[in-house]
Amino acid sequence: MGVADFAFYAFALCTLIGGLFTVVSKNPVHSVLWLILAFMSSAGLFVLLGAEFVAMLLIIVYVGAVAVLFLFVVMMLDVEFAELRAEMSRYLPLGALIGLVIVAQLGVAFGAWGYSEGFEGRLQHEISNVENTAALGQILYDDYILVFQLSGLILLVAMIGAIVLTLRHRTDIKRQNVLAQMYRDPAKAMELKDVKPGQGL
Amino acid sequence: MLTNDLSVVLPELALATYAMLALVVIVYTGKDALAHVSLWVTAAVMVVVALWIGVGPDQTQMAFNGTFADDAFSRFAKVVILLSAAIVLVMSQDFMTKHDLMRFEYPLLVALAVVGMMVMVSASDLIVLYMGLELQSLSLYVVASLRRDHAKSTEAGLKYFVLGALSSGLLLYGCSLVYGYAGTTNFAGIIETTQGSDHLSVGLLIGLVFVLAGLAFKVSAAPFHMWTPDVYEGSPTPITAFFATAPKMAAMALFGRVVHDAFGGAVGDWQQVIAAFAVISMFLGAIAAIGQTDLKRLMAYSSIAHMGFALMGLAAGDAGGVEAMLLYMTIYVLMNLGMFAVILSMSRDGRPVTDIASLNLLSRTDPMKALVVLVLMFSLAGVPPFLGFFAKYAVLVAAVEAGLTWLAVAGVIASVIGAFYYLRIVFFVFFGSERDPLDQNDPLVLRAVMAVSALLLLIGSTGLFMVVQDPATAAAIALAN
Repeated sequence: MGVADFAFYAFALCTLIGGLFTVVSKNPVHSVLWLILAFMSSAGLFVLLGAEFVAMLLIIVYVGAVAVLFLFVVMMLDVEFAELRAEMSRYLPLGALIGLVIVAQLGVAFGAWGYSEGFEGRLQHEISNVENTAALGQILYDDYILVFQLSGLILLVAMIGAIVLTLRHRTDIKRQNVLAQMYRDPAKAMELKDVKPGQGL
Repeated sequence: MLTNDLSVVLPELALATYAMLALVVIVYTGKDALAHVSLWVTAAVMVVVALWIGVGPDQTQMAFNGTFADDAFSRFAKVVILLSAAIVLVMSQDFMTKHDLMRFEYPLLVALAVVGMMVMVSASDLIVLYMGLELQSLSLYVVASLRRDHAKSTEAGLKYFVLGALSSGLLLYGCSLVYGYAGTTNFAGIIETTQGSDHLSVGLLIGLVFVLAGLAFKVSAAPFHMWTPDVYEGSPTPITAFFATAPKMAAMALFGRVVHDAFGGAVGDWQQVIAAFAVISMFLGAIAAIGQTDLKRLMAYSSIAHMGFALMGLAAGDAGGVEAMLLYMTIYVLMNLGMFAVILSMSRDGRPVTDIASLNLLSRTDPMKALVVLVLMFSLAGVPPFLGFFAKYAVLVAAVEAGLTWLAVAGVIASVIGAFYYLRIVFFVFFGSERDPLDQNDPLVLRAVMAVSALLLLIGSTGLFMVVQDPATAAAIALAN
């Protein structure tokens, strides 16, 4: 058994353990930490596959952003985890059944699936020894530049939509106007009156 | 290399760039005060782009490694889409102003939706197809719920979004199956795999059915029509007018693009699916519309029935069928523009009304509009001297020539059933019972759209038909050869 095999089994085992304890651990914060372990181990698996870009992506995006976001949510929201856990045991048989179906489907798919005839000629990209970060960049920014820019437009529409549907300019509340405050002229804002004794203004 | 590619997508690029620039300029200057200007300028830009595409050289160009096609078919669809979107924008100004919906983002969202539609009809790759579709859909979801303080409008937007997301899921699932079994997302590659044998492999066939189901959602063909009446009723009326015209044309053109460009080698496999969609849509649209009391809901069911007829043309599976479908869609768009101009002009005491009963005895208060309604309804029903008849005739002939006589017979029966509710409206207009009259201060734009569309439907059978037919023939040959 070579080092690569050993590393694979170690990472795979860690992924499985991480995933299992994410589900079963009592403390939600621990769950998130286990999830991070699962992400890190899968990143290791990707490195073993030679897909170092996806591995880095997994660590940066999932561990760095998503998991931390989870942690914030878990800590800041007052969710009753004991209740959720009680429900989990109720749905366990159903969940197990769905899991079984998915495993069976994967089995069927991998067993029966095959490439169509002559697919090599239609492959748009040769799988060669280019570094995969460079290859991804080539495909994304060169071959698929149209699709890449279109997805940019879609995100723009999503942003406009969010603003159009939610932004409200309320006129019935008082806002701080910093410039108005700074340009306030004491000479005009104040007036001194000499009030004679016994008289009003 | 990239320069060549960019020159092919230049019209799309121009419209998208305009939308982005206008967005930035308006945000930094006038905001909603400039909404009217932005609406007119957007409509003008669309018309200019339509003319630009229309007078362009007649050639077939592929760009971006064969993922984007610029041919006679896409140009025909783009011109119809751009012109109808521009007309709807202009028509909507009065309604939007009255209901305080004149946000400057509205015309720009419509422009971005149109960019998505232009990409859709040019798509020659499953990924580009999906991107165009999502760009269009996302903009449409937003404009559907533009009237955000109104429960029905937000409901329409939410329903459209959820069901649209579901249909996108179906479509993507189909795309992934097609990719898995064909080994490529490019239409030219997919059609290569289908050649050689009479039938598709099981995996490709399942993928194709899912893709067709997803597209049927977008054109609101039964049995995937459930969202249509609610979305049509809930959205602000100008938005409904937009939904009923440009996106329908785009989605139907995309339908033709997918079945001919990607699966043209297996006509027998998709013909039956599309024929089934067509029959169910025609009958459901004709029968379910009978009980409607709201004009917008009626137009929703009417559009379902019309999509059935257009699909009948597509089901023929040859160039003649595609030509019939394109003609049908063009005339359908024209009729819908006129009809929605009428609906937009209906108001009583300054409040818009959309129930059919308020059209009662329109002939006494407003004979001109009554005449327009008469022409539109006869044309929608498919009564001979009007253009709507020739549209129906074209698809029926295409179906018969392709050996689908049973489908044509079903179409005629559905058309007769459907004629009932169209003619009932004409009856109300001329012989109905007394009602409070509608307001009579219609904006000039609406009057003009009504008059022009009715006139074209009336005299179109001589002139317009010829003008549109030649490009449609060229478009059909470009697609299905």
